[in-house]
Amino acid sequence: MRRLFDDELAELDADFTEMGMLVSEVVQQAVDAFMNRDAVAAQKLIDHDHEINQREIALEQKTFEMIALYQPVTTDLREIVTILKAVSELERAADHARNVAHSAIKFGSKQKIPVLEQLIGEMSQITTQMIREVLAAYVNKDDHAARELAEVDRKLDQLNHQIRADSYQQMRMDPAFETGASIYLNVAQDLSRIGDYVTNVCEWIVYRKSGQIVELNPANSDSPN
Amino acid sequence: MSKEILTTQDLHLYYGEKEALKGINLNFEAKGITALIGPSGCGKSTYLRTLNRMNDLIPNVTITGTIKFKGQNLYAPSADTVQIRKEIGMVFQQPNPFPFSIYDNVIYGLRIAGEKNKEKLDAVVEKSLRQAAVWDEVKDHLHESALALSGGQQQRVCIARVLAVSPEIILLDEPTSALDPVSSSQIETTLLNLRHDYTIITVTHNLQQASRIADRTAFFMNGELVEVDQTKNIFMNPAEKQTEDYISGRFG
Repeated sequence: MRRLFDDELAELDADFTEMGMLVSEVVQQAVDAFMNRDAVAAQKLIDHDHEINQREIALEQKTFEMIALYQPVTTDLREIVTILKAVSELERAADHARNVAHSAIKFGSKQKIPVLEQLIGEMSQITTQMIREVLAAYVNKDDHAARELAEVDRKLDQLNHQIRADSYQQMRMDPAFETGASIYLNVAQDLSRIGDYVTNVCEWIVYRKSGQIVELNPANSDSPN
Repeated sequence: MSKEILTTQDLHLYYGEKEALKGINLNFEAKGITALIGPSGCGKSTYLRTLNRMNDLIPNVTITGTIKFKGQNLYAPSADTVQIRKEIGMVFQQPNPFPFSIYDNVIYGLRIAGEKNKEKLDAVVEKSLRQAAVWDEVKDHLHESALALSGGQQQRVCIARVLAVSPEIILLDEPTSALDPVSSSQIETTLLNLRHDYTIITVTHNLQQASRIADRTAFFMNGELVEVDQTKNIFMNPAEKQTEDYISGRFG
């Protein structure tokens, strides 16, 4: 028996996926803007950030409404809770993409540091890939893919640590690099945070399927990395 | 873990040829609320009525299997149905006060049993009406007709009538389905208070009521017990797909 609830849930699901695609695009644009030092593209992205916030609010309102009107239980409840939680993670990921755009503008025409440039490029590639794959895992309700994706986040954390070490080394070698190196540090940190938020979405995908609340973020687990 | 007070083993019930209960195995520990849920005709009310032998009154009913109350077989030839119904009381869907005063309704069972001590009867009336959370509303009208009360008050007086004979188990057959939401909520609060002292088994079509008040929930379908578990598990992560489909409104 198809219920009115199913139609509304399908609509909510589609809206969430659409927001996910938008965030994925924004992250891609942010790293492109940084790698190309494209201040115009970066500013455009910053100017549009409020659209993602509005989508987050609209999705939250819709989930509150559905909880109040349909009083969902079991998998229905888990679907709604997953969207309610994951939508905040996406919004925060988009905030960090906006930070990366700010960094692109701030870097301006300072001298690039090839070793850091290459590491940031690697992080960018992994981050954009992760966010595309988490959406696929969400749409396909694939909790195995979600768990595997959380493992990729470890690589991102390692790169972040490496950039940190290399940046400090560059600063020590030549104080003139200080501002530039600190921007690389920030970008690496932002990309690492985006990876963490993607991992949180993975946790909700696992929850939706199993009802189990799991900790997939290596930075938050008790076991050493 | 408290001891099991009531056990049912391989319980079958037939209305003539029709098998209404198909081998129910379900046990109850002392104290707490168990809700029986399931679509109409699933056997939950039939099952509830077997627990104090109410089905005895229906012609052509055959029952096999075992129901034990504190280890004693309820359907043994020597079992005393009057005693059983005193220890295992029943509250019905439609409030059914007798056409007497509130006071006489509550002491009905005791009076039948021959109790005449006025002080003792007064004490039981107050205690039972307090336990049923209706004392404050009726204490100044104890000798007026119970039929003059609202539906919700009548139902709580009926609960007091059951409590007056000191049962161990209280069976309720959709006790709030004839009541408005405020009265229903008062009955729910009453049951929540009583669950510390009594074993309560309630049939309900109101799933939210089950999720609000029951410690355990049992899901029946087509004469079978599909699943019984802590209410939280039934409503958040049931083991059986049939349970999930029913409580999320996909059928029934």
